[in-house]
Amino acid sequence: MRHKKTIRWLVGFLLLLHLAALLAGFLAPYSPTTQEREFPYAAPTRIHFVDGSGHFHLRPFVYGVEPSSSDSQISADQLANVHSLRFMVPGERYPVAGWWKSNLHLFGVDAPGKLFLLGTDGYGRDQFSRLWFGSQISLVTPLVATVISLGMGVTLGAMAGFWGGWVDELIMRIAELFVAIPWLYLLFAVRAALPLSISPVGAFLLLVTVIGTVGWARPARLIRSVVLTTRQQDFVLAARAAGATSGSILWQHILPQTWGVVVTQAAILIPQYLLAEVTLSFLGIGVPEPTPSWGNMAGSVQQYSILTSYWWMLIPVIVIIPVMYVYDRLAAALHEPVKSSA
Amino acid sequence: MVYLARRLLHTLFLLVGVSILSFLFLELAPGDYVSEMLLNPQVSPETVAAMRAQYGLDRPLPVRYFDWIKAVAHGDLGYSFAYNLPVASLLGERARNTLFLTIAAAVLAWLLALPLGVLAAEHRGGWFDSILGVGTSTLLATPDLLLPLVLVIFAVRSGRFPVGGMTSLDYADLSAAGKLHDLVSHATLPVIALALTTLPVLVRHVRASVLDALATPSLVTARAYGIRKHGILLRHTLRLAANPIITLGGLSIATLLSSSLLVEVIMSWPGLGPMLLEAILGRDFYVVIGAVMFSTVLLTMGNFTADALLYLMDPRTRVRP
Repeated sequence: MRHKKTIRWLVGFLLLLHLAALLAGFLAPYSPTTQEREFPYAAPTRIHFVDGSGHFHLRPFVYGVEPSSSDSQISADQLANVHSLRFMVPGERYPVAGWWKSNLHLFGVDAPGKLFLLGTDGYGRDQFSRLWFGSQISLVTPLVATVISLGMGVTLGAMAGFWGGWVDELIMRIAELFVAIPWLYLLFAVRAALPLSISPVGAFLLLVTVIGTVGWARPARLIRSVVLTTRQQDFVLAARAAGATSGSILWQHILPQTWGVVVTQAAILIPQYLLAEVTLSFLGIGVPEPTPSWGNMAGSVQQYSILTSYWWMLIPVIVIIPVMYVYDRLAAALHEPVKSSA
Repeated sequence: MVYLARRLLHTLFLLVGVSILSFLFLELAPGDYVSEMLLNPQVSPETVAAMRAQYGLDRPLPVRYFDWIKAVAHGDLGYSFAYNLPVASLLGERARNTLFLTIAAAVLAWLLALPLGVLAAEHRGGWFDSILGVGTSTLLATPDLLLPLVLVIFAVRSGRFPVGGMTSLDYADLSAAGKLHDLVSHATLPVIALALTTLPVLVRHVRASVLDALATPSLVTARAYGIRKHGILLRHTLRLAANPIITLGGLSIATLLSSSLLVEVIMSWPGLGPMLLEAILGRDFYVVIGAVMFSTVLLTMGNFTADALLYLMDPRTRVRP
């Protein structure tokens, strides 16, 4: 039963992460589009407890950011320029979950100080804030795309497995086509067929649909095989003998059996789709600026000069690692009972 | 042999299907390269109409598809509007470069994965197995994007490797040995990046197959007879574990092709990746279709070769219905 506990921890982590993404405006000190043009590529702001004369402060503070300072040396001007860090401060207004607005932020520094926890990008936008707002795109896209994939997969797989005959033949041959194309090429090809410059919302919907449709074939094959074996089992035959209609057999007896496959597939597909969104946005054919996503935030490092000079521009790609790791563990833990019972 | 012939036929049908599919995808696209030219005030509508007629864009869909297939059979993959060149000549060199990268990475990855996977399986639960487990999990969680990016940083910082491209500017003037050295030093980092993206999957798979093989009754018996573990591993286990490994060998081509797109774009390797991206942004249809078809041919050929190898190596697979 050890894996049950593991699953609970992993799912708990993911829930917390998504809750944080929902509260992006509260966690982020700035809005994702606020530009501080004087501070392009500002290095992450250091938080201090001890001031220049060696006194300890219980309330952390930051020094003022100097527009052109690239080294970590703190000038005398800056030493005098101290801004305290405060929690629960009012700031820019932001919508929470789309319907009510708030201006309360978890933390911020006294004006005119600036707090760039993870530095700024080329337009002087706060990376830390953009990371949280970007997570709304980068974490939600894979969820919706997975629902689309699994919805198509379950519907088509169940149809193929349950009805058999030419329906089965047709669906499985088409599935084979989708599996035969390397998936990034397939993703690119589908993306190529769709308009390039559209509104952020349109781009989001388009991306979700593209990523979701590309991946239906594998789950459909698995669901089909589950339906095929279940169809022959005694309780289904009994239901049929008792006069149950095809629809109710499929809905009440067969589909519940596919649940295990669906959940495991979700744990496999979601991280894969997260990468898909990040990859497309990174290459400039996903979510367009100025809407942040982890992918388009990192896009600028395609220029080697930015990549080698400003390491914090890589952070949006690095934060993917723990998320992927958790999903990988989750998929393994979900797969465990299947493996041990087989 | 009948089995192999049937597999080959199946592969061919698959390719035809993919060609129809990708052709349809691109037909759904709103706007093409020529209609984008309408935005240019210097190009008159008559010129655009003439170009449409010239490239056959005004004819119905099935006609265009069959024209295209007929042309493909003659080695003509259509025309790139952006480059003003036949797609085949454009694709040829790029495909060669992608192939070079992919094959080198595949060889490197397999050379690493086989001994690592076998060792981990031999000392299951030991320190080597644990370390390798953590390593593969970490690599698996690392986005394909990050590896080439980190390697680029390494190349720039250390200055030991050239960054970007496949050859130096003075490549044409170099001697044969100099050319080889230049090519190898340019290819080293992309190949490593690509090999690392596929390595964790391979290692896990090899380890699992060897473990499965070790658990088969025949090998348990061999162990019970007192034959040393090492001898069993080398002489019997690898043969037994070969089937799933060969199957994965075919499949690993697919993941390599996909990852190589990214590596190429990030490390400016002149392969299919950068060109495909450019073609998508420029609505250069035939280039997109050509690249997708090429990747599909490689993938299905990889699978077919794996099947053929299985058929030749393992008599058990020959009694299939």
